[in-house]
Amino acid sequence: MSEIPTALPSLAEPAPPAPARPATGFAAGLGHARHVAASNPITGLAFAMFAAIVLAALLGPVITPYDPLASDTAAALQAPSRAHWFGTDQVGRDIFSRVLVATRLDFIIAVSSVALVFVLGGFAGICAGFYGGWTDRIVSRISDTIMAFPLFVLAMGIVAALGNTVTNIVLATAIVNFPLYQRIARAEANVRREAGFVQAARLTGNSEMRILLAQILPNIMPIMMVQMSLTMGYAILNAAGLSFIGLGVKPPTPEWGIMVAEGAGFIISGEWWIALFPGLALMLAVFCFNLLGDGLRDVIDPQRRT
Amino acid sequence: MRTLARRLVTIVPTLFGVVIVTFLLTRVLPGDPAAYFAGPTADQASIEQIRTALGLDRPLPVQFAAYVRDLATGNLGNALSTGQPVLSELATRLPASAELTLGALILSMAVAIPLGILAAVREGSLIDHACRVVTTAGVSLPVFFTGLLFVYLFYYLLGWAPAPVGRLDVYLSEPPRITGFLTLDSLLAGDLEVVRAALAQLALPAATLALFSLAPIARMTRASMLSVLSSEFVRTARAAGLKPRTVVLTYAFRNAMLPVVTTLGMVFSFLLGANVLVEKVFAWPGIGSFAVEALIQSDYAPVQGFVLAMALLYVALNLAIDLIYGLIDPRVRLDA
Repeated sequence: MSEIPTALPSLAEPAPPAPARPATGFAAGLGHARHVAASNPITGLAFAMFAAIVLAALLGPVITPYDPLASDTAAALQAPSRAHWFGTDQVGRDIFSRVLVATRLDFIIAVSSVALVFVLGGFAGICAGFYGGWTDRIVSRISDTIMAFPLFVLAMGIVAALGNTVTNIVLATAIVNFPLYQRIARAEANVRREAGFVQAARLTGNSEMRILLAQILPNIMPIMMVQMSLTMGYAILNAAGLSFIGLGVKPPTPEWGIMVAEGAGFIISGEWWIALFPGLALMLAVFCFNLLGDGLRDVIDPQRRT
Repeated sequence: MRTLARRLVTIVPTLFGVVIVTFLLTRVLPGDPAAYFAGPTADQASIEQIRTALGLDRPLPVQFAAYVRDLATGNLGNALSTGQPVLSELATRLPASAELTLGALILSMAVAIPLGILAAVREGSLIDHACRVVTTAGVSLPVFFTGLLFVYLFYYLLGWAPAPVGRLDVYLSEPPRITGFLTLDSLLAGDLEVVRAALAQLALPAATLALFSLAPIARMTRASMLSVLSSEFVRTARAAGLKPRTVVLTYAFRNAMLPVVTTLGMVFSFLLGANVLVEKVFAWPGIGSFAVEALIQSDYAPVQGFVLAMALLYVALNLAIDLIYGLIDPRVRLDA
């Protein structure tokens, strides 16, 4: 459980405690984290799963028992056994190795799209909330337009238009999440616009941009972090969904979504393991991020518990 | 009537934004669209000729005006694979998708709302925990994966469901097309065997979609019931000696439904997106699988038509939700 406190100091320390939300102070956060960890073992489990995913993403290619791309037609379509824990696919590739190696790609897609939208949506939102006026109107109009589309459909359209690559999957996932980040950052920046510490900073002669980056930004960081871990799961689902319908990742690259798609045809003839294991890995990863997001929210922003 | 007119005015900028985005998507095709349509063997002169023919040499605002004119006349281009206009292709496939989506929505509301109410009424009980597990699992499960699991379980292992290919067994003849909904059409035709077969085909994909959309509805019902149940008018109703059943269903439920109706907008966004994946898994002949096929063949006109159609549909659905909200909550009508 030592992961919770280490995630916090860099975020909470440089910020002057916001009067509106005293609970985000570091000491209070630490105490609350202990309380949550003690009362909610599920969050602990989520952290353990998260550590396992990061480990698999880092070490995946090194610790696989087989080459994830090497086909072995003599061993095709074998059910799970001691030699092949998750069985083999139609050309005899070891599914355990492929699921393990795919962790890195899926993780990178999710992390980079979330990081991208965090920077873009967060910055646009802070500017909209802090400056108001035309900045606000234009940025909010962009968000409204994106929200007018069913999100997965828009992501499909973007990848189809920009070209069928992994980079564009990251970009499309970031764009469809933009309104979420922009709106939260806007609301949080807006309530702090005339806060005491902002006015104090203004009186001591700080420029507006400096106030925005040094005073407002650190204060809304915790909320944005919660949002990031809550959308990580959605980002993985979105990316896997896109590659399931044949966008982005090209076979034979191991990736969970495309592996489920490859196994889909074998389900009706009873070879369940080809689709099941990558699907389970995907499900566990999403589940882990959702639990983690809920847990992190309970630590940072207890009022928003549902 | 006036509310309706006012609400219709507010969707104008949204529609304008949607059209701009879809226009931009058509103009950022990978590489040069003129070279793409001319084919790989074309020389520079014929590419230029196609560029002029497509109007791609004109300034962007002029191209945009031409695009809007095409949309207004329903011209979305032709699908390369079938040679048919995209609009008519979409129109023939829309009922299949609509039947699936509506079926899923009805199913998911039928499960999620009672579940949410029970979880709120008996807070902290077994059913409350069950509700939490179902909602967390529901948002974590990739729809295409649950769909495949259902197929394996109910078709391969148990043999309860028919083969996951399309809307109707090939040996049965389709009823005369009236609504485009197979279940309704066959009911109208009085052909009970086809009704049964169509329902059997619909069951698994609809259940897959429903499981996915269950989470937000159940979660919202629970949260909103909890806050209504602790409000003063419920306390008063209880103190006045009304039966618990009357208090929950008549007093609390009607008020708790308002936020749930608002959530439906988000649920539709999920459903329309997940629809594409479910249609692919179950070979459902709707607009989603049409778009996916076109995507794989790099046939862009149908994909763009699909994105536009989905966006328009979604805007219309949100409008309908707002109007329903006004009907069930008189306060909104007065304010508007």
